Amino acid sequence: MFEGKQIIVLGERDGIAGPAIAACVKSAGGTVAFASTECFV
Amino acid sequence: MDLNSQETIKRLAAEHGPDQLLVVLGAPDPESAEIAAETVVLGDPTYAGALAEAQLGLSVYHALEDAFRSQIDDAVWEDQIGVMADVLEAEEIATAVRGMRERKPD
Repeated sequence: MFEGKQIIVLGERDGIAGPAIAACVKSAGGTVAFASTECFV
Repeated sequence: MDLNSQETIKRLAAEHGPDQLLVVLGAPDPESAEIAAETVVLGDPTYAGALAEAQLGLSVYHALEDAFRSQIDDAVWEDQIGVMADVLEAEEIATAVRGMRERKPD
C-alpha cells in the first residue's frame, strides 16, 4: 500500500491526530510527505 | 479542509504526480471524512481552497479502515490509534470514504 508512495496524513484533533497516523505509516516503512492535524469547525 | 493543506496537496501532486500520492485521514465522523475524501478525489466542494475543481483522484483511506490497519503492526496500531477505534464510528466512516474512493475520475 505504501511502497513507492508519498503519504499525506490529514489527522483531526477530534478524531485521530496526524502524528499518530504518521507514526503508523513510518513504522510500516512508508514515506510521510506531509502531516497535519486539523480542527474541523 | 484547511486551506494550507490544500495548497500543499496541490503542490505535492504537481511534484510527484497524483498516482504517487496516498492520503490517510483521521476525521472523527462520516460527514467530515467524506468531505475530506471528496476534496482530494473530486475537488474542494466548498470552492474555498486550491483544490476547488481540481479532480486529482487521489487514493484515500481512513486510518480506521481495514485496508490501512492491515499494513500496520498490531502493537503500533493499538498504541497510536486503538483507543479511538472504540470511540469513533469506524464502519460508517469507512463506508463514507470507500464511497468517495469509488467516485475517482477515470
